[in-house]
Amino acid sequence: MSDLKKIRDEFISKLKGKLDLAELNQIKSDLFGKNGLVSSQFKKIATIDVSERKKFASDLNIIKDELHDLINLKINEIEKANINEKLEKEKIDVTLPERSFVRGKIHPVSQTIDEISSIFSEIGFSVEEGPDVENEYNNFTALNTPDNHPARDMHDTFYLDEKKERLLRTHTSPVQVRTMLKDKPPFKIIAPGRTYRSDSDQTHSPMFHQVEGLHIDKNINMGHLKGCLNYFIKEFFEVKKIKMRFRPSHFPFTEPSAEVDIGYEIKDGKIIIGEGDQWLEILGCGMVHPNVLKNVKVDSTKFQGYAFGIGIDRLAMLKYGINDLRAFFDCDYRWLNHFGFDPLDVPTNYRGLSR
Amino acid sequence: MKITFDWLKDHLKTNLKEKNLLEQLTYIGLEVESVESLSSDNQLFKIAKIIKTEKHPNADRLKVCDVNVGEKELKKVVCGAANASEGLITIYAPPGAIIPKTNTKLEIAKIRGVTSYGMLCSESELNLSDESDGITELSKKYEKNIGKSYFSKSKSNLIDLSITPNRPDCLGVKGIARDLAASGFGKLIVSKEKKIKLKTKQTLKVKINKEKGQGCNAFGSCLIKNVKNTESPQWLKDKLISVGQKPISAIVDITNYVMLDINRPLHAYDADKIEKGIIVRNSKSGEEFTALDNKIYKLEKGMCVISDNKGVLGLGGIIGGTRSGTEFDTKNILLESAYFDPRSIRNTAKKLNLDTDAKFRFERGIDPLSIETGLKKAASLIQEICGGEVSKIDIQKIESYKTKIINFDVNSFENIIGFKISEKKIQRILTDLGFIIKKEKNSLKLIVPSWRPDISQQIDIIEELVRISGYDKIKTIDPIKDRSKSTLTQTQRLFHFLQRAIASKGYLETITWSFTDQSYNDHFREAGKEIKIVNPISSELGVLRNSIFSNLIMYMSKNLDRGFKDLSIFEIGPVFTGSNPGEQKTVVCGLSAGKKSRLSWIDKERNIDLFDAKRDVVQTLSEAGYNSDHFFIDSKTPNYYHPGKSGRIFLDLSKDKVAAYFGEIHPNILKKIDIKTENLIGFEIFLENLKLSRKTLKDQKLKFFVSDFQKSERDFAFVVNKDVEAQELISVISNVNPNLISNIKVFDVYEGENIPDNQKSIAISITIQSSEKTLNDKDLEKINNSIIEAVENKTGAKIRS
Repeated sequence: MSDLKKIRDEFISKLKGKLDLAELNQIKSDLFGKNGLVSSQFKKIATIDVSERKKFASDLNIIKDELHDLINLKINEIEKANINEKLEKEKIDVTLPERSFVRGKIHPVSQTIDEISSIFSEIGFSVEEGPDVENEYNNFTALNTPDNHPARDMHDTFYLDEKKERLLRTHTSPVQVRTMLKDKPPFKIIAPGRTYRSDSDQTHSPMFHQVEGLHIDKNINMGHLKGCLNYFIKEFFEVKKIKMRFRPSHFPFTEPSAEVDIGYEIKDGKIIIGEGDQWLEILGCGMVHPNVLKNVKVDSTKFQGYAFGIGIDRLAMLKYGINDLRAFFDCDYRWLNHFGFDPLDVPTNYRGLSR
Repeated sequence: MKITFDWLKDHLKTNLKEKNLLEQLTYIGLEVESVESLSSDNQLFKIAKIIKTEKHPNADRLKVCDVNVGEKELKKVVCGAANASEGLITIYAPPGAIIPKTNTKLEIAKIRGVTSYGMLCSESELNLSDESDGITELSKKYEKNIGKSYFSKSKSNLIDLSITPNRPDCLGVKGIARDLAASGFGKLIVSKEKKIKLKTKQTLKVKINKEKGQGCNAFGSCLIKNVKNTESPQWLKDKLISVGQKPISAIVDITNYVMLDINRPLHAYDADKIEKGIIVRNSKSGEEFTALDNKIYKLEKGMCVISDNKGVLGLGGIIGGTRSGTEFDTKNILLESAYFDPRSIRNTAKKLNLDTDAKFRFERGIDPLSIETGLKKAASLIQEICGGEVSKIDIQKIESYKTKIINFDVNSFENIIGFKISEKKIQRILTDLGFIIKKEKNSLKLIVPSWRPDISQQIDIIEELVRISGYDKIKTIDPIKDRSKSTLTQTQRLFHFLQRAIASKGYLETITWSFTDQSYNDHFREAGKEIKIVNPISSELGVLRNSIFSNLIMYMSKNLDRGFKDLSIFEIGPVFTGSNPGEQKTVVCGLSAGKKSRLSWIDKERNIDLFDAKRDVVQTLSEAGYNSDHFFIDSKTPNYYHPGKSGRIFLDLSKDKVAAYFGEIHPNILKKIDIKTENLIGFEIFLENLKLSRKTLKDQKLKFFVSDFQKSERDFAFVVNKDVEAQELISVISNVNPNLISNIKVFDVYEGENIPDNQKSIAISITIQSSEKTLNDKDLEKINNSIIEAVENKTGAKIRS
C-alpha cells in the first residue's frame, strides 16, 4: 500500500469519529498545514521518477480533495448546529411594545390653507400676505367704507389706540388694497390669514381665518367670478357636482355683491355637501367697486374684476366634520391629535388634496 | 326688519303663497333671517292681574303671587320680578305655553318648594322689546280684558329680514313691496293720500339754527289741537303686535305705524309742554335731559338737539325727552317730521351709546321728500282716532334736496355682469323701482328716487338690474388653468417648510390667539413694547403677544392638568413689536414638557432636555437648506430662558441675525405660573432672520464630490479649562486642514477623577481623508501633530496622554 493510501485510510477513519471544531481544525492543519502530511507529499512530486510522477500527482490530488471536502463538510455541520442551538436560546417576545415614536400633526386650519392654495395655484392665483395690525384707511376707508358708515357696525373692531387709527384687521380685504397699491394690474391673488373681531360666543371667535381672492384684468365679469368659485368649491369638497347659489347682498367694497350658498343635506348625522335642499352660506363676493379701484389708483375704465372672502375655519369645519369653532384655538392635545394632519400629507394636485 | 305677509299686502297685490314670498325676498337680496309662527300658540298668553303677593318662604327674591287670569280660581305663580306687586296688570303664560324668546315649553314646576302654575312674562320673553327688567306692565285700560288673550289672532307669520345697510328704503313695508313688485312678485298698490282739511295755522314757531355742523336740514311740523289720546283701536294694536311692537297709546302707536309702514320716523310732542317755540340747534357741552328711556343723558358739544326756551326737549332723530312726551291726558300735540344728517346721527348715538328705531333709520338715510307725506298720513290717522283739528304744515329748511341724475350706458351691464338684458327690460325694472327715465342718444338719463341714498353712479344701476333680473342668470365661465407667476414666494415656501419640518419631529401644531394675558406676556416681553388693545374681549386678552411662549405655556399647562405628561406643541405665527402695520415678526415657537421614554420596558427614561430642542432646531434648519457645519452657537439668550441651559444659533460666523433660541424655560417663570412638569424646554426660530439662498436647489445639486481613497479615524482627548466650549475646539480643528479633515465628532466629555478641578476632558473623533491619495503613516502622523499643536496653542488645551 502506498503512503498515500495509508494516509487516506487513516484520516477517513479518524474523521468518521465524533469530533469537535478544534479537533477538526487540528486535523486540517495536520494534513494541509505548512508541513502537513498532504502538503509534504506535494513537495515530493519533483523527486519521483518521471514515469510514475503523473499517476502520483493525480492520486495525490484526488486524496487531497476527498479529505479536504470531508473536513469542510464536518466543520459546516458543526457550525450549523451551533447557530441552531444559539437561535433556540435567543427567542424573544415580539409582542412587547416597540420603541415609542411621537407623531406631530399639522393644524386643520393650516392644512386647509394649503389645500386652498393648491386649488387656486392651478388656475393661476399667487399668494399675498398683509400685516395683522392695519391702519383704519386700509381696513375701511380705502375699501369704500368711510368713517360713520353703518357698514362699520358689521365689524366689531379691536382698536390699538383711542383715536381708532390702528386696529386688528377685521377681514383680509386690506391685502387687496396693499397689493393693488404696490403693483400694476393685472392682479390675480389670494390672501389667507388671521382676522379679528371683538365677538366671542359659541359660533364666533375673536380671531378667525379668512382667505381673500382678487382678480383684476381687462373684461373680467361676474360670470368669471361664478366660474372661479364653482371650480373652487367643487375642488375643495372633492365632489363632482356642487349645488351653489348666488344671493344679492351688500358689501361696501364690491358692487354688485353676492353671498354664496351651497346645497347640503344631513344623512345619518353627517353633512353631505353638494346635495340636498338645505342652503348654507359660505362666502361673500362681488365685483370690485369702482371707488375702491380709484382709491388704489387703478383705472376702472380699463380694468375691472372680482373679489371674494371665505371663512377658512368654517370650510375646515364643514369638510372635516368639526362642530365647535372655539376648539380650533383651545389647543386640547386630544383634539389636535384627532383633527390634525400628518405633516407628510402635503395637499398637492397630483396626489389629491386629502386622503 | 320685521314684517308679516298680511302687512305687505297693504301695499302689494298678489295671490302667491308665503313660501314663494320667502324665496323671492332672499332672491332679490332681502335676506330672510327667520320666520316665527305667532299664530298657533300665542293665544295662550292671557291678560292677568296680580291680586295678592307674598314673600316666598324659602327665597328672599321670589314672590308667590295670586293671579286673576279670568277664571274662577286664582292661580298661584312664583315670580322673581321686582315690579310684581298687587294690582299690576300683566301677561300670564299658563303651563303648556311656549315662551317665544327661549322656545321652551312651560310646565307646572316646584320652585324652591312652592308649586308655580305658569309664569308672568317680561316684554323680552315675549319678544315684544328688549326690556327684561321686570314683568310686562299693562295700563289700567286692560282691566276689562282680564282673561282674554293678549295677542290677537293672526294668520301671518313674523318674518325677520336682514336688511343691508345700503337699503334704508326697505326699513318700511312699502319699500319691500316695491322691490317685490319690480321683481315680478305681485303688483304695487298705489295708495291715495287721504284728503285732510288743514285750516288753522301752525302757531308754534320752529327755527333751525344755521350753525356749523347743524345735523338737521329740514323740520316739518303740524299742530293738532284738542285731541283725546286713547288706546289704539284693535286693528292698529294687532298690526304692531304682529311685528313684535308693544302698543302704548294711539298717538305713539300711530307714529310707530307710519315709521314701520313707509319708513318715515315721526315724533309727537305735548305742545303745551313746549315753552314758546322749537329751536333746532347744536348742544352745549354739559347740557342734560331725561330721555324717554328714563335715562339722563349728558351731552357733548355739537349734538343736534330739539329745544325750547327751557332747554333740551330731545335728541333729533334719536330719542325724545320725558318733559314733552305725550300722555293719555295730552290735549294738543306737535307732530315732527324732519330730516337729520346720517353722519350727525351716528356720531351722537355712538358717543351716547344709544340705539333706537329712529336712529337706525336716520343714520342710513331717510327719504328727504317724505316729510309732508308722513305728516299727513299720521295726522289723518290721529284725527280719525283721537279727533282734533290739524293745522297747516310748516316746513323749515336750511338745505334743499338735490335730485340725483345718472347717465346710464346700457351696454355697461353686459360688460360687468356677463349677460345681456334688453333695453326694454332695463326701463321696466328701473321704472318699477321708482326711477324716472329720459331716453337720450346713447344712454338713459335716470332720475334717482329720493328714497335711494345708496344710488349715485352707474355701477349702482347695474346692481339694481342684476338683483331684480336674478343672480341665477349669471353665466358660469370656467377658469383657465394657466399660471404665469409662482404661487408662493421663497419666504412663503420657507414658512410652509418649517411648519411641516417641526411637525415631523413630534410637535403638534397649535394656533393660538394673537393676543394674550398681560401677566403672561410680561414674562416674555423683555424690552419689547407693550401693545394694548383698547377694547379687549376680556382683561386676560388685553395685549398683543410679544412672544408665542405666553400662549403656549398657558395651553401646555392646561393640557398637563388634563393628565398628559409628555407633550410637544408648536405654533408658527406673528409676534408683535409695535402697534404700526408691519411691526411684527414670524416666529416658529415650540415647547416640550415631561420625559422621554417614560415607563419604557426597553429604554431608560430621562427628562426632556435642551439637546432635544437643539436637535429639532438644528435638524429643521439643515433640512431647510442651511449647513449646520457653519452654525455658530453661543449662550446669550433672553431672560426667560435658563441662563446656563440655553443657547442661540447663528447661521454662520458673521453672527448677523439670531436664527433661533433654544433652552430650558427659566425656573422662576415655571414657579410663578405653577406649571407641573419635570422639565420645560422651548425654542424659537425667527423666519425673517433666515437668509434666503440665492441659489436654487437645482444649482446646489450640481456639486457632488466624494473621495474613494482610504479614510482614517483618529481619536484625541484634550484637557481644557471648563469655560472652553466644544465648538471652539471643533472650529480650531476644522481649520487645521479643511481638505483633509472631514468629520469631527465629540464623543465624550469628562470631569472628575484624574482631571484638575477647573478642567474637563473632551474626547473627539476625527476623520481624515485626502481626495488625492491614500495617506500613509507619515502623512497621518503629520496631521495628528498639527491638530494637537493647533488645539493646544489656540485653546490652552493639553492632549491627554
